Amino acid sequence: MISIWFFIGIALLVDGVLIFSAGMYELWHPPVHPVVLFSLHAPIWWGGLLAVIGAIYCLKFKPKHS
Amino acid sequence: MALLMAMQVQHLVRLSTIDTIIVVFYFALVLAIGFYLRNRAKTGEDFFMAGRDMTAWVAGLSFLSANLGALELMGWAGSAYQYGILATHWYWIGAIPAMLFLALVMMPFYYISKTHSVPGYLKLRFGEPARAVSAVSFGFMTVLMSGVNMFAMAKVLQIVLGWDINVSIWLSAGTVAVYVALGGLRSAIFNEVLQFFLIWAGALLIPILGLHEAGGWSNLKIQIAQRASEQYVHLWSGLGSFTGNPMGIHWTGIVFGLGAIISMGYWTTDFLVVQRILAAKDIRSAEMAPIIGAGFKMMVPLIVILPGLLGLAVLPMKLVPESVAAVTGAHSYNDVLPLMLARYCGPGLLGLGITALIAGFMSGMAGNVTAFTTVWTYDIYRPLINSKGTDHHYVNMGRWTTVIGVLISVGTAYLVMQFASIMDYVQALFSFFIAPLFGTVVLGMLWKRATGPGGFWGLLLGTASSISMWAWVKVDPSALRYVAMSPHAKALAQDMYQALWSFLVCVIVTVVVSLATKPKTDSELNGLVYGLTQVPSVGNLPIYQKPLFWAGVVVVIFFVLNIYFW
Repeated sequence: MISIWFFIGIALLVDGVLIFSAGMYELWHPPVHPVVLFSLHAPIWWGGLLAVIGAIYCLKFKPKHS
Repeated sequence: MALLMAMQVQHLVRLSTIDTIIVVFYFALVLAIGFYLRNRAKTGEDFFMAGRDMTAWVAGLSFLSANLGALELMGWAGSAYQYGILATHWYWIGAIPAMLFLALVMMPFYYISKTHSVPGYLKLRFGEPARAVSAVSFGFMTVLMSGVNMFAMAKVLQIVLGWDINVSIWLSAGTVAVYVALGGLRSAIFNEVLQFFLIWAGALLIPILGLHEAGGWSNLKIQIAQRASEQYVHLWSGLGSFTGNPMGIHWTGIVFGLGAIISMGYWTTDFLVVQRILAAKDIRSAEMAPIIGAGFKMMVPLIVILPGLLGLAVLPMKLVPESVAAVTGAHSYNDVLPLMLARYCGPGLLGLGITALIAGFMSGMAGNVTAFTTVWTYDIYRPLINSKGTDHHYVNMGRWTTVIGVLISVGTAYLVMQFASIMDYVQALFSFFIAPLFGTVVLGMLWKRATGPGGFWGLLLGTASSISMWAWVKVDPSALRYVAMSPHAKALAQDMYQALWSFLVCVIVTVVVSLATKPKTDSELNGLVYGLTQVPSVGNLPIYQKPLFWAGVVVVIFFVLNIYFW
């Protein structure tokens, strides 16, 4: 049976990659009305962190073929 | 996706394409989990009890998640803005002692009796009448509460995102019905654990960035003192009198009403949360699960209370009560979390934050539906309607009850849409049953002299007293000075004292009736009552693997936090 932690890894990895990508896009195309503390570029480091945690979970709990 | 984007009309925040992809991905993932688990819900034990093979971590996080709904997050963030750090009491003294009590004192009885539900335990201990009262009231209230929450969340999605209220109701209800009917409790638990991670991933950035903007905790306290009051950042120092704090409550209400009764009632007897622990794979996991839940529960104020406090300091506008907001068009207290989300989160992060809210709502609803399904099938349908069905028949009944329960919830949501005052009544009704039920269950577990008639009449009259007090204050608001011991008491304070009195009525009636009726023999109470039950050992484990050790760690952190924020 696939572990619940693998599903969580998938969720964090996909969301992390999407958020990281959105942050990188904003780096080159800054928004007209930026959010408060935009200069910290939270989507890049937060999205990156989620993607790394998600990738670790995916690898550690990946389904094994019997 | 086009549907979701088209639904956004007027709103607090606007989702970009990437936000919408994140929300759609969440819906796809929960449905995929439901379809994947459909082959693992063939027997009654699988469908209703998740095969009783959950680890301590999965059961513990699910136990906590079932309570961590979106309305809970937004409501308590709003309360933190309104009452300050006092709202933290509902997460610390209003949860931690009860969770540890469940783990170390009550869980062994639930676990070794192999009951499917809390009403099921009442049947074993007090007989069929007590179970019938508990099961019918719980089943009825659970679907109504689910409907009320469904409407409230659809309303939130309408205000925050501009989504059409009908689409929100049917989309979320349909998704929950599919994944619970397919995978049963296991599917609900898997999605609750997923939700737990998404909530932290989506919400933790707000306090991090907020504290950065406010200049740290010390500066935040100064700003709150300037904009509100110094009492907004003290947990206990203003509770010496009813007028010394923003909530109008005395410390006795917090300690005895909230800490000793309401939270004990909710965390130890509300089947919505207890069901997750009953799915644990062994006695050690069943004891560790609430302790793990307690450890994380202590951290939840970081993503709920702190954003509310930060809103007091950094938001440029002044938030107002819901009733004023409805007239003036200003933002209400309950908007503080979405406002903080919109303040710091751009494309992507906003989608994750909104996903966390939707996930919280859906897993809360799934929790209600799974609990209702189990209580209906095992505590109402099987004993009262059809006791000769096969296991396969009861599983099918569970699947159909899931769909029917969701439909009743949808119906309730539309009823609330027509008659808004129903929401207040239903929420009040739910609180009527919790405190007396705790009195009945705890006496049943700890006092062998308690009898069936004692348990039944105690539960019935305790519940009736709670309803009577509520009706008394509704008809004559000046009665608050008697029920809540102060005319200055706010609604939350009234709940505390109402719970305390109804618990006492339940206990006194149970004791008096029990002493006047014939006790059960010791052999009949084996496995159900303290002193007559050989509580199974968790095994010969190193100290760091023992539940008692981790409960001690939680207690130490609990005291340190309360003293630090005194």
